[in-house]
Amino acid sequence: MAETSFGITGKGYVIIASDTTSARSIIKMKTDEDKIKTLSPHLLMSYSGEPGDTVQFAEYVERNIRLYQIRNLYALRPSAAASWIRRALATSLRTRKAYAVNLLVGGYDTASHDPHLYWIDYFGTMTEVPFAAHGYGAYFALSLLDRYHDPEATLEEGLATLKRCINEVAQRLVIDPGKYKVKVVDKDGIREVEV
Amino acid sequence: MHSFISRFSQTSAQSEFHRAQAFTTDEGDLASSDAAWGSQAGFGNLSHGIPTFAIPEVADPSAFLRLHTNDSENPDCRIKMNHGTTTLAFCFQGGVIVAVDSRATAGSYIASGTVKKVIEINPYLLSTVAGTAADCQYWETYLGMHCRLHELRNGERISVAAASKYLSNLVYSYKGMGLGMGTMICGWDKTGPSIYYVDSDGSRLKGNLFSVGSGSTHAYGVVDQGYHWDLSAPEAYELARRSIYAAGHRDAYTGNSCNLYHVEEGGWRFIGNYDISKMHYEGPGDALGADGTGYGYDIRVKGHSSGDN
Repeated sequence: MAETSFGITGKGYVIIASDTTSARSIIKMKTDEDKIKTLSPHLLMSYSGEPGDTVQFAEYVERNIRLYQIRNLYALRPSAAASWIRRALATSLRTRKAYAVNLLVGGYDTASHDPHLYWIDYFGTMTEVPFAAHGYGAYFALSLLDRYHDPEATLEEGLATLKRCINEVAQRLVIDPGKYKVKVVDKDGIREVEV
Repeated sequence: MHSFISRFSQTSAQSEFHRAQAFTTDEGDLASSDAAWGSQAGFGNLSHGIPTFAIPEVADPSAFLRLHTNDSENPDCRIKMNHGTTTLAFCFQGGVIVAVDSRATAGSYIASGTVKKVIEINPYLLSTVAGTAADCQYWETYLGMHCRLHELRNGERISVAAASKYLSNLVYSYKGMGLGMGTMICGWDKTGPSIYYVDSDGSRLKGNLFSVGSGSTHAYGVVDQGYHWDLSAPEAYELARRSIYAAGHRDAYTGNSCNLYHVEEGGWRFIGNYDISKMHYEGPGDALGADGTGYGYDIRVKGHSSGDN
């Protein structure tokens, strides 16, 4: 739960940010882990939760989304991809050993020219939202985003809002999540940005 | 057409299996012809059905194991497994350094002081043992067998990334069933030196510096302060020894002696075995990188005083 991730939509883009810490009990084992996967040219997914399950599930999703693209010569649109991912989690929930993984799926729909962000938890709850957060960071960031989020914000303004969230969590949460990795998806595809 | 659709319309492992099975029975010659001798005709393990593994024949195997082995919850359990360790590995300019202690404990009893906690998988790969010693020894030796099979099948050495992923996927398939291992797969491959941390939760992390085991926090305290990429080999040996010593001194489940390995382009080399008590009082002797004095606090500050006079 010390793992924190944010998703913010703006005018023609989605920002996905995730902390980069891998912890085992009280020890930080790694401080530069990338917990955001690029699923297709216009689709990002951040993942957090039970160690082991996270990477296994993310790689399962990554390869199936790729397989769809190979078979059909086009990628799933963000809403379809998010639905497929939600279904995979929901199916797993009723098994002996469910994947305990929380996700943010952000994508740019190249057909309808709009950004989409989906918040998915490990029970398979999915909802489309203008902004989202997972982990303890959510307790601070969601109220902040209720106050400051602007759906028509430029990328610079969106990144400034993200910076507000990161700073607030660093200031108030007992466990500092440390550095974040930030990726943006828009009509031009995916790129990593510095904050 | 129907078989064509059913062949490609499903994605589950089940259908993969049926497809592979149908293929090998329909065109059995493919699998048994001379051309495919010794291989699975491109179907890998699917030609033998879904991979399975054996578990104890009781209603809840992990609860059964916990009942008999978990001595923190059940002090009078019959089986006390060997636990507690400090292991350490880091990459630097000159390759990879691997250092471990040699103590095995079963509850509060020191079961052995001469355990080999570095498993020599092949001349280029080492793995470390922390957690349940039996699990580590068994599965890392098993990993060694599969690394050799990889060499025979592909005509080249397995990469550190692939070897560690093999182990990671294997232990993940046993998740929640009582395995307890924390290991580092260290070696030199086409990409140069690398270390992967793999544990029985299913975590697999690539990094330049890891320490695992009950004494890892003590070892981190020393190694983090002294570590940088441009260390010389003697400096690196000294840093690794001092880190294991620190854990041996502070952690009751770590001790006896330190085993040190160095991995370079040409493969791994055993550097030495150092008695931890001796390191405390006299230092590691004439070992490379040693300054000839003991590592202990009292020895280091002898003759120094905080007094004002």
